[in-house]
Amino acid sequence: MSVSHATARLSPSLAGADPTAPLLAVEDLRVEFRTRAGVAKAINGVSFEVNSRETLAILGESGCGKSVTAQAIMGILDTPPGFITGGQIRYRGVDLLKRTHEERRQIRANKIAMIFQDALSALNPVFTVGFQLTELFRKHRGMSRTDGKKRAIELLDLVRIPAARKRVNDFPHQFSGGMRQRVMIAIALALDPELLIADEPTTALDVTVQAQIMNLLADLQRERHMGMILITHDMGVVADVADRINVMYAGRIVERAPVFDIYAKPSHPYTKALLESIPRVDLKGQQLNVIKGLPPSLISIPRGCAFNPRCRYAQDVCKQDPPPPLSQVQPQISSACHFWKEVRGDA
Amino acid sequence: MPEVVLETRDLVKYFPLTRGIVFKTKFGDVQAVDGINLQLYRGETLGVVGESGCGKSTLARLLVGLEKPTRGSIVVRGRDHAKLSGEEMRRARRNIQLVMQDPYTSLNPRMTVGDIVAEPYQIHPEVAPKGEVRKRVHELLELVGLNPDHINRYPHQFSGGQRQRIGIARALALKPEIILCDEPVSALDVSIQAQVMNLLEELQNELGLSYIFIAHDLSVVRHIADRVAVMYLGKIVEIGKDTEIYDHPTHPYTQALLSAVPVPDPTLRGHRDQIVLQGDVPSPDNPPSGCRFRTRCWKAQEICSTTEPPLQPSQKSAHPSACHFAEERDVIHATQ
Repeated sequence: MSVSHATARLSPSLAGADPTAPLLAVEDLRVEFRTRAGVAKAINGVSFEVNSRETLAILGESGCGKSVTAQAIMGILDTPPGFITGGQIRYRGVDLLKRTHEERRQIRANKIAMIFQDALSALNPVFTVGFQLTELFRKHRGMSRTDGKKRAIELLDLVRIPAARKRVNDFPHQFSGGMRQRVMIAIALALDPELLIADEPTTALDVTVQAQIMNLLADLQRERHMGMILITHDMGVVADVADRINVMYAGRIVERAPVFDIYAKPSHPYTKALLESIPRVDLKGQQLNVIKGLPPSLISIPRGCAFNPRCRYAQDVCKQDPPPPLSQVQPQISSACHFWKEVRGDA
Repeated sequence: MPEVVLETRDLVKYFPLTRGIVFKTKFGDVQAVDGINLQLYRGETLGVVGESGCGKSTLARLLVGLEKPTRGSIVVRGRDHAKLSGEEMRRARRNIQLVMQDPYTSLNPRMTVGDIVAEPYQIHPEVAPKGEVRKRVHELLELVGLNPDHINRYPHQFSGGQRQRIGIARALALKPEIILCDEPVSALDVSIQAQVMNLLEELQNELGLSYIFIAHDLSVVRHIADRVAVMYLGKIVEIGKDTEIYDHPTHPYTQALLSAVPVPDPTLRGHRDQIVLQGDVPSPDNPPSGCRFRTRCWKAQEICSTTEPPLQPSQKSAHPSACHFAEERDVIHATQ
């Protein structure tokens, strides 16, 4: 049983939206956190686009700004200390940052939805999952409790929770980790969004459950023609589901390419080093290649290319501002490195 | 054959489930670890893999003596640790040390690094004379790649990878033969993971340590382990050399687990033999009869619910595999 499509996309249309514009376009986004220790520049000019039916992966280590990007798009950034200091986030051509709180609330869930890493802390522990699902229909669609509950059961069915009619009255803690993640997916999909942001959706799960959830997400995306932004640090998951990849480091996108190109021939030293530090069968018994040093503190990002202190290709030019811009090196492939030719082995 | 440094015989740990406050009545057991037999040889790394709730961490706690086993024995240097108590247990513990998963919570935030690494010497003063402790701590910090000048810093001044190094230095303080690593790299970023794994391998070569390496990340275990044991609901379902487990798995659970691991190679997308298991791990307080995996197994037959398959080699499996229908299946693409 699935929620029929004709009734599902009855979400209110957004004034000024241009259906031919890209689903989501982020342009030169800048976010900083003003803390007592100083100003942490979490995002320093990030631009990308996502279209319907496409999966864009944002890949990076902790502290690179991938989750902050998602929070900025959703409008759930903690302010203060977080402030968006520049750029645009356009949904179908409409700049979300210029909209009022109420308008953004309408866009959340209706147009753009998000699932989080830790379902147990994302769900409210004192309400049943049925209540939390029904609440969406009541607030956003003006449905009655009974109708809302019917829809809630349909949704739990859709995300393949067995005995949905019974489980709808259970509390979050009564579900297993994988089932809880399914509940969160159900809540995210309830109002039939066009864009789903998945922030580390399977990091807390076991591999067998991870496979179930990733398959479910792929099926739902196909059925509903959604665009998806997948935020993760797992190079394996990305290889399985993504169409295009943005690799982030210290608040900037350092490489952007279709998934096949990135794994076959990385164009940025950071991507290359990340790929080499994954344990591989043919390298057993050898030392793993490591990236020396630590990711930089966002309060004092190194001058020039932020990766230069850890980079084996670094020269004097890399230590000078401005940092190398993200520029096209091949059709569809961009890299923010002065020495991309050497990295790719094209030189 | 190298010397066995640790052996468990039919190791069992049940946690009682009780009801009532004044009059406690027992109404069941969580069968966390249920009959584990394994040997650890000198200088080798034994990987233990399995999903959450399969009993790997309970096994670790039993081996270091943080829990008393319900039944069975843990033999180290010919002595049964399960029967030791008091002073003898305290001394026996010196030989097996633990590196914990979360470097953020396993270090006391109010102690300096020097005090953290020196604490084992306070509990076991016979290991190092008081005057020498500071020198030893310096050596240990250097050994794990930390700057000994940072001896007076606090844990929060270090990054995750560095904190894990502090945890490793602490584990090495008493010169143990065996180190138990319970998910030592799962809280770390990929690039830092590699640094810590390299360190563990160097230390093993230098000091001749034996590791029991518990992890849920199969590619990490594959990289570091010489032998691998696969656990499911408190039992070992398959055990063998790393090549046997990864290239020739014969237990359906191992096959499913291996095939579920995402591969960092997009060209294999859609070409892999992916087995997606249905449902979750059953609760260990009421495990299925017979073979515990049968509720999620696609090979299950009548016999699986009545007879528990023994962990032994069979015609179709050269290494021990606890399945009535053990048979090799090529899921190698899942790991290459």
